[in-house]
Amino acid sequence: MSDHDLLSSDPDQEIDAHGVHYRDLNARIRQALQRGPCQRLALRHVCGQRYIGTGLRSHVRIEIHGTPGNDLGAFMDGPTIIVHGNAQDGSGNTLNSGEIIVHGRAGDITGYAMRGGRIFVRDGVGYRAGIHMKEYAARRPVLVIGGTAQPFLGEYMAGGVVLLLGLNLQADEPHPTVHVGTGMHGGVIYVRGAIEDWQLGREVGRAELEEEDRVLVERLVYDFAGHFGGDPQAILRAPFVKLFPLYLRPYGNLYAY
Amino acid sequence: MRGTPTRNNPYGDGKVVDACSIFGVIDVTGRPFSGDRAIAAIACMHERGNGLGGGFAVYGCYPDFADWYALHVMYMEYDVREHVEGYIGSHFQLHLAEPIPTRHVHTISDPPQLWRYFVSTADHPLAGEAPDDYVVQQIMRINTRFRNAFVFSSGKNMGVFKGVGYPEELAEFYCLDEYRGYIWTAHGRFPTNTPGWWGGAHPFSILDWTVVHNGEISSYGTNRRYLESFGYHCTMETDTEVVAYAIDLLVRRHKLPIEAAASVLSAPLWSHIDRDSSPRGILLRTLRQVYPSLLLNGPFTVIIAHTGEMIGLTDRIRLRPLTAARHGPLLYLSSEESAIRLVDPDLGEVWTPLGGEPIMARVLAPGEGLPGPQAAARPFGGGTR
Repeated sequence: MSDHDLLSSDPDQEIDAHGVHYRDLNARIRQALQRGPCQRLALRHVCGQRYIGTGLRSHVRIEIHGTPGNDLGAFMDGPTIIVHGNAQDGSGNTLNSGEIIVHGRAGDITGYAMRGGRIFVRDGVGYRAGIHMKEYAARRPVLVIGGTAQPFLGEYMAGGVVLLLGLNLQADEPHPTVHVGTGMHGGVIYVRGAIEDWQLGREVGRAELEEEDRVLVERLVYDFAGHFGGDPQAILRAPFVKLFPLYLRPYGNLYAY
Repeated sequence: MRGTPTRNNPYGDGKVVDACSIFGVIDVTGRPFSGDRAIAAIACMHERGNGLGGGFAVYGCYPDFADWYALHVMYMEYDVREHVEGYIGSHFQLHLAEPIPTRHVHTISDPPQLWRYFVSTADHPLAGEAPDDYVVQQIMRINTRFRNAFVFSSGKNMGVFKGVGYPEELAEFYCLDEYRGYIWTAHGRFPTNTPGWWGGAHPFSILDWTVVHNGEISSYGTNRRYLESFGYHCTMETDTEVVAYAIDLLVRRHKLPIEAAASVLSAPLWSHIDRDSSPRGILLRTLRQVYPSLLLNGPFTVIIAHTGEMIGLTDRIRLRPLTAARHGPLLYLSSEESAIRLVDPDLGEVWTPLGGEPIMARVLAPGEGLPGPQAAARPFGGGTR
């Protein structure tokens, strides 16, 4: 079923979050899932409640209307969260598996330490998105950003994939960011559009995309367009660059005497 | 603080995760409005504080006494008031003295005596040509000479209302529903390195400058010593105090524009300055060289206000959050976007400034039109500082 079909039908259950404390809201989400089969749960009038979906192990699709609070989907294991609006700081903190799809922008440290799952943000993200993402075996987290990113994207990144599309920039306008990949020692960042060497952390190298990179980027761009619309072929026509860590243990000797 | 542990941690959590909350709203037409929005917005971020400090600054709240300095004083012990009042009476022309109106709120315990004095310096021989300097000097004397008495607000046609409690409780305590202002700033506190006491709550203020702050200023010692050489004495036991004095020194006394003062407090990294060979780069280098002791180190977001203007500023690598939004003549600044949307669901623009980039909004001159969009052209409101 496409996004469009899902949005045109009614959810299985709804919770009006107006004035509900975040602890109560999370308790009600868990109660709703225990009550019976629930594939789609809508949360209405969300306004700043933190930790929505924290640690939730399920395959429910949670649709959030409003502005969810910090640490959306932290430690989450399986659900899909769709935000119709902007997300705040720390979305997907230590996300285990599942997806967070933001029809708007997301704040600082989006995807902080995520170790699985995928995050798609239609617009831009704040400082330090993808900080300390990590991967192990088949668990390879993915963060796709439709707009641009504020500084320190992928800081201390240890694994996973970040794709920065820059769709809100003019042609040839460089990403207005700096310190990209500072302290990076794993994973990969793909950037569509212009980014200069001085905008990168000193631990970061740059390379052309190889065949396997292109396959991965293409698949993610198609998924991005599936969520938010747009022409994937047109998005893919622009130049991409691959950013990777030059050293796997840049601080290996920092505390060794 | 009797009873605070259970109040701060009602769920008995092993660890309480908090941060300060800050919020500000200005109507650039200068039209005064009630505190409903500021109070509801800061209450929306209740989780960020822990009930050990809250407060508000209101600009335009004393229109009938707009020519007089409004001194708000807290007396932590009973007997000190008559001594301080004697001092105020002999160093200022006193027009009105009254207790600051408060009402009983069961969660606000042991408040100090809170008084306000509307004063002028007109007839005082020492005030001379620089009444603002004279007022600063007298406040520093009161705050350092009298134990347990603190002037916590001293501007004209503005006031600071603060104490120990959650901010929405302090709004109730101070009867803020009875005030109107064209700027409201608000703070919910999570004290980190210093005690949660009435004087340590935000906003911090000198003359009509106020500061609310989320973060920690690790350069406090350096900043404090530098400011002492200009006659500012820190007495409130909280790092934020230096920001109020620094901005008074830079803007009122040294006459720096706000943008330049922001570049002193939140100076760009040398690596950025080195790349900029334009006159702007030379200016930034000069400011860092002249004012190294006023660089604020450590993570911070502040909302600074003074008569007719509100400014949001973060540290240069934005280690604390700030969201800005506009709706017609209203400009909002907040730790979290949700707090703004709660009180104004139909925002025109929402954006997040880059670290060190000040967001400024001032009351328009008569006949001046509203400024154009600030966010739309630049997705995050700034260049690559």
